[in-house]
Amino acid sequence: MARIEFDQIAHSYYPNPTVASDYALKEINTLWEDGGAYALLGPSGCGKTTLLNVISGLLKPSKGRVLYDGIDVTDLPPEKRNIAQVFQFPVLYDTMTVFDNLAFPLRNRGFNNTDTTRRVHEVADILDLTPDLKRKAAGLSADAKQKISLGRGLVRSDVAAVLFDEPLTVIDPHLKWHLRRKLKEIHEQLKLTMIYVTHDQVEALTFADQVIVMYEGEIVQVGTPEALVENPRHKFVGYFIGSPGMNFLPCTLEGQNARVDGVTIALDPETAALGAKARGMLELGIRPMHMEVHGSPVDGGVPVTMKTVEDQGSFKILTSALNGHTLLSRVPEGHPVPEKQAWLKFPPQRTKLFADERLIR
Amino acid sequence: MGLKIQNVTKVVGGETHLRQIDLAFEKGSRNVLLGRTLSGKTSLLRIMAGLDRPSSGKIIIDGQDMTGVSVRKRSIAMVYQQFINYPSLTVYNNIASPLKITGIPKKEVDRRVRETAEMLHLEDMLDRIPAELSGGQQQRTAIARALVKDAQLLLLDEPLVNLDYKLREELRVELQEIFRKRSAIVVYTTTEPSEALMLGGNVVVLDEGRVLQTGATATAYQRPETLRAAEVFSDPPINALESAVTNGRAVMGDNIPVPLTGHLTDLADGSYRFAFRSNNLWLSSQTDGDLAITGTVELAEINGSETFIYVHHGKSAFVVQQEGVHPFAMGNEITVFIDPKHFFVYGTAGQLVAAPPAAGPTA
Amino acid sequence: MEKWADNKAWFLVLPVFVVVAFSAIIPLMTVVNYSLQDIFGPGNAVFVGTEWFKEMLTDTRLHDALGRQFIFSSLVLMIEIPLGILIALAMPKKGWGASASLVTLAIPLLIPWNVIGTIWIIFTRPDIGLFGVGINSLNLLDVPFDHTARPSYAWVTLMAMEVWHWTPLVALLCYAGLRAIPEAYYQAAKIDGASSWAVFRYIQLPKMRGVLTIAILLRWMDSFLIYAEPFALTGGGPGNSTTFLSIYLVKLATGQFDLGPAAAFSLIYFLIVLLFCFIFYQALLNVGKGEKTS
Repeated sequence: MARIEFDQIAHSYYPNPTVASDYALKEINTLWEDGGAYALLGPSGCGKTTLLNVISGLLKPSKGRVLYDGIDVTDLPPEKRNIAQVFQFPVLYDTMTVFDNLAFPLRNRGFNNTDTTRRVHEVADILDLTPDLKRKAAGLSADAKQKISLGRGLVRSDVAAVLFDEPLTVIDPHLKWHLRRKLKEIHEQLKLTMIYVTHDQVEALTFADQVIVMYEGEIVQVGTPEALVENPRHKFVGYFIGSPGMNFLPCTLEGQNARVDGVTIALDPETAALGAKARGMLELGIRPMHMEVHGSPVDGGVPVTMKTVEDQGSFKILTSALNGHTLLSRVPEGHPVPEKQAWLKFPPQRTKLFADERLIR
Repeated sequence: MGLKIQNVTKVVGGETHLRQIDLAFEKGSRNVLLGRTLSGKTSLLRIMAGLDRPSSGKIIIDGQDMTGVSVRKRSIAMVYQQFINYPSLTVYNNIASPLKITGIPKKEVDRRVRETAEMLHLEDMLDRIPAELSGGQQQRTAIARALVKDAQLLLLDEPLVNLDYKLREELRVELQEIFRKRSAIVVYTTTEPSEALMLGGNVVVLDEGRVLQTGATATAYQRPETLRAAEVFSDPPINALESAVTNGRAVMGDNIPVPLTGHLTDLADGSYRFAFRSNNLWLSSQTDGDLAITGTVELAEINGSETFIYVHHGKSAFVVQQEGVHPFAMGNEITVFIDPKHFFVYGTAGQLVAAPPAAGPTA
Repeated sequence: MEKWADNKAWFLVLPVFVVVAFSAIIPLMTVVNYSLQDIFGPGNAVFVGTEWFKEMLTDTRLHDALGRQFIFSSLVLMIEIPLGILIALAMPKKGWGASASLVTLAIPLLIPWNVIGTIWIIFTRPDIGLFGVGINSLNLLDVPFDHTARPSYAWVTLMAMEVWHWTPLVALLCYAGLRAIPEAYYQAAKIDGASSWAVFRYIQLPKMRGVLTIAILLRWMDSFLIYAEPFALTGGGPGNSTTFLSIYLVKLATGQFDLGPAAAFSLIYFLIVLLFCFIFYQALLNVGKGEKTS
């Protein structure tokens, strides 16, 4: 197990990068604590797989250093770093049995038979693979295969970190939650450093204690799932996390209030004070589930025109228009839905202010 | 007028994929085939398209038996899970391809291609080839190609399943709008209840090759006729606890007494399954009549807007859906509350015995 | 997936049936016909039953040719397959080197077979051939090299030619198989600390099984039927040392005009090839099956 540190890491797939957009990873300084459960979340092409490969050593970064427990490993190949990695699709040695697959990393490192057998059985036990040990790996189902890939990583007790590169892509939807639970259990039991790459918010938020949101080669936020939902530090986080994502309205400040196209929305006094000092384009952000929807005028309610209603069963998503801006709000099952006109209330504590896409408060 | 499926069975290599399906689709209707993986949705869709022949039964289109007629002679368009486009053709030519073989004048083709492209926000990419597009744009192209020829039957086989959830959100709102303006029969398959509800129209709940339920989508959601239909039509699957009524007293799960009031009044003695959807469970008591259920937390899944808590209770398990993001440690004890007015009561054979009175003022 | 039973589709298959009938079935039937009769001239044939088959099955020259054929085909296979794999492994994976080696490999496959025989005759000639002159100038051999001088020289020349001609095919097939292995397998192996040998043994070889099956089948059949090259190079000699089945068959049929025995021989030949293909195919199929079900 190890604490992994990124010291000014940057990477470009071009030989002579000049402009910022040449970089798949723009300068990254971050720390992965020993025994933490991390998720790297972002849309495809954001650089998350590149970052993972820098950790494992499959890729040498153009700039910067990777430290394991304070030791520079930037130049070490993956096999010297004691890393385990689970890939998008199951990577198995088809001709070997499950047992041999699990024993493979140990045998390569010259462990004796007794130790190997003991470790393989321990790991097979954790992963519920014991009944399949004697079978050929090629004949198993996708989720069992993915568990073997995982097991090959766990079998080495000295493993520094386990890396997951979208490991549930090929798993049947209703088996996914079973594997997600297994992964969480393993983390609780073995206290390994685990880093999980995904573009799926459910997988990231469920698995991780700390979620790292990446966007265009940069880390835009590191935080707990609650922090990402409650206080997105960047507009992208607000948009990407949550279904649907955050609403954004360009605004100006007027004392303690925000003005959106002539409509006044009250802000938290502290937010307004910080906003007055901020530079750049101001935008107001609020999550659809935090807005109150009323069918008749209320104090502080903003009048909007109702457009569509999407019934999703346990909740409904209402689309409304505020002077040409579209607003989404989310109401639970059974909540009354206004027909033509509605009044939306923006609770000041939940109403966020952004300047040039970054959160002010 | 419309499409009728009469007593259709499909057996492939000894395995029954579809069992005696009888369905009718009206012209201009929107229909959702809802079912889990391998429930027979795709098999049924392929038979409707004419890509496969049913083992027995008939397909009647506008009163004519079309069972043996090849797909080329039917007016259909289909969109698949995978993004299927002609790789060497530009987006423009991809969309135009179904029209070119019909001999429509060039000007008309151009007009329709541009109109359809605009509808799917592809107007700026008409000169690109599919490899230069994102997954979402590729599927938009495939959908545009299906829409452009104005077929009488528009079939979509889980078109959004391979897209990122953000793209899925966008596209399904747009599709809803697009379908509304069509005069064709639209048939859309999905595994997700929320997608079915959003598309509205009529639903066919499929399971293991059988039709479990048909009807208006909203009604079917509020009144699933069998426990299995309720499971398929709830995400997460509806919770069901073993229950028994003896001498007019009901006990559910691990000895939780249930007052027999409201729609539960007059429940005869016997064994039942009391079922309730995850979103009707709360972490704090909402009304005086709430029942408390205790269990241990197995896992808390978070999707950014809600938390799904998997709870183990006695010999069974259930899922609690909570708005917002809440961390729960695995293995902890938890007490959740539910108002019995949300209970569906199913008999031992899975048949609906009592359902909650139609919910909410918007029903 | 079940398809429409559209009767019109049969018309599209019809031309192929006609071609196959003319190119395979009718000639085969003619051969069967010949093999059962003694033909003295046009309209003058006697039915002899299995006479020719008996004669051929006890013909020692045929036994010798068959033995030679087996040794030749097996040796060639044993060289071509490992060599092809090695070449495929050594080939560059991308860049101009990949295209250059692909083109170079394809050259022997594009040359007509009898031309290859001629090329090798010139190449190995002791007076002007590069190889012949080269090896003789080293003075290593007690009898100077000339592919007609000794059976062993003839064999070496023939095998070298066969290997030169056909190893590229095996290499190309293996290369295609190797290219199809996803990068993640190599990455996983690196992380597992696997040696290059283990990567070959547990990843590359199993993933190449499909193409190797095809390569072995093709090469076995082809080398078993080899005719043009030895005919051009040695004509079956010196002595009978390179008289393989096909060469003997042609001698019998067109040299001695023993049509009946030759026809019986062809049928036996045909069945042997068929039998071996079947055995190889089954064997290789079963290797795969064990992994999928056991």
